[in-house]
Amino acid sequence: MKTIEARPTTRAVRLRRWPAGTGDSLLRERPESLADYRASWRPDIGFPALEQLADLCDRVGLRGRGGAGFPLATKLRAVGMRARAAGVAPVVVANGDEGEPASAKDRYLLRYRPHLVLDGLTIAAHALEAQRAVVYLADDELAAAVRGRLGGLDGPVPNVVLAPGRYVAGEETAAVRMISEGVPKPTAKPPRPHERGVDGRPTLVANVETLAHLARAVRLGPDVIAAAGTTDEPGVTLLTVVPDVGEACLVEVPFGVRLSELLRFLGVGTEPAPAAVLTGGFFGGFLPRSRWDVPIGHTSMRAADAALGCGSILVIRDGCPVDVAHELLDYFAEENARQCGVCINGTRAMADALGRVAAHQAEVEDPDRLRRWSETLPGRGDCALLDAACRIVSTLFAHTDGALQRHLDQPCATCARGHERRPRTRFAVGLARPSEGER
Amino acid sequence: MRIQVEGARCQAYGLCVEHAPAAFQLDDWGYATAADDGLVTAPDVPGVEKAIAECPAQAIRRIDSD
Repeated sequence: MKTIEARPTTRAVRLRRWPAGTGDSLLRERPESLADYRASWRPDIGFPALEQLADLCDRVGLRGRGGAGFPLATKLRAVGMRARAAGVAPVVVANGDEGEPASAKDRYLLRYRPHLVLDGLTIAAHALEAQRAVVYLADDELAAAVRGRLGGLDGPVPNVVLAPGRYVAGEETAAVRMISEGVPKPTAKPPRPHERGVDGRPTLVANVETLAHLARAVRLGPDVIAAAGTTDEPGVTLLTVVPDVGEACLVEVPFGVRLSELLRFLGVGTEPAPAAVLTGGFFGGFLPRSRWDVPIGHTSMRAADAALGCGSILVIRDGCPVDVAHELLDYFAEENARQCGVCINGTRAMADALGRVAAHQAEVEDPDRLRRWSETLPGRGDCALLDAACRIVSTLFAHTDGALQRHLDQPCATCARGHERRPRTRFAVGLARPSEGER
Repeated sequence: MRIQVEGARCQAYGLCVEHAPAAFQLDDWGYATAADDGLVTAPDVPGVEKAIAECPAQAIRRIDSD
C-alpha cells in the first residue's frame, strides 16, 4: 500500500494491513465520499435509541481508542442519565486532537474516512438527543477538509473547533475547556465531562477512532465486527508503530494478534532485535521483553500490566532506553500544561536527572530520587501527564534489563553518540498535504 | 469528609500541613496533595476545615458534597 508523505518535521506513516482476518477494512487509498460510505450500509438501519446503542457497544466490546480504553456503553449511559436528571440536552464531541506525537490514526480517519467518523458522532447525538455536536482537532488543513464534509448529515451539524496543537490539549477536560472557554488546558476531576462538560452540559467526549468503530457497529452490524478479533475483544484496531529509525507504519490489525508477530510482520521485530518497546505511546511505559508476545487488546494488555492506550507503539532499535526516557521526560517537561507546580517541577527534575544518567554524570542521589519521584508523584497533577512521566521512569527501572544501572557503572556509547530530535522528539509522525486528486 | 487539592491552584504556601499535618503531604517542591486519597478522619476535620478556609490559593475543596 502507498506511503503517505510526512510533513518536513515528521516521518512518513506507511499504511499496512495485517494479512488475515481483518474483515471489513477501515483503510482507504483515497478519501471516501459520502455516497461510497453509504453504499456500505446495511439497509433500513436508522439511528438506534440510547439503550439499544449502548447494548450494541457492549456486545461488540467497544472501548475508547483515545487512551483510557473506557467502555463506550458506560460513557453513553452516564451522559444520558446526567442529561435526563438535569433536564438539559447534552453535547457530543469527536476528539481528533491526537496530541500524541507518535500517533497518526485519528488524522488519518478524519482525512480518509470523514463520513464514518461524522456518522459515529451523529449516531451518538441521536441516541443522546444532543442538539450540539463538535469536531475537535488540531490541524487547520484537516479542519478545512472536515468542514467540507459536513453536508448531508442527518443530525446537528457539528462545529469544528481548532486546538492549538499542544500535547495536553487532547485530554478530555482540556477539550471541554477549549470548546467552552478557549483555554486548552485540563481541569481537576471531578467533575468529568459527563457530569459537567461543554457550557456546563453533560458531554460525551469520544475519540475519533471510537466513533468510527461505533458507526461500523451500527451500519455493518455486530456480526461483521465479530468476524475479526477475539471473543473477548472483537474487531480490529488501528496502531501507529514508530521505530526510532526507519519506517513508521499505520497498521490495521485484528485484536488478539501477538505484538511480537506484528513487529516481525512490520520488519521491526528482528535484526537487530529491539532494545526496548513502549506501548501506549508516551503514556504506557516500557514493556518487559518477557511480555512482547502479549496479544494486542485492551484487556489482554492490561492483564500483562501494559497499556494499549491510543494504539501507539514505540520500538527502540538504534537508540538507548535511557536516552529515550530522557527524551520523553524532556518532552513532558516542555509540553505539560504549566498549571500544576508538582508537574512543572517533577517532570523537569526527572528529565534533568535522566539527562545526567545518560551522560554518565549522575549525582549519587539521582537513582534514589528518580525511583522515589516515580513512586510518589503519580496522582498529584490535575491530569494524567505526570503519571505518564512517572511510568516512563518506573518502567525504565523495572523493565529494561538494568539499563539504568549500566549507565551508572560506565558511559554509554549510544547515549554519547546523541541523535537529532525532530523537532522535539524523534517519534513524531504525521500525514502530509494530500495530492490534488485527494482534495 | 473527602477533599482534594487542585494541583493547578496550589502555590506551595504549605499552611495546610500546619493546620492538619496528617491530612496533607508535601512534595519535594512544597506542593500539597491530600493524604489517603482525600479521605479525612474525624479528628482531622477541624484542622482541614481551617486549611480550606485559610489556603491563600483556595486550592483545597470538599468533593463529597459536590
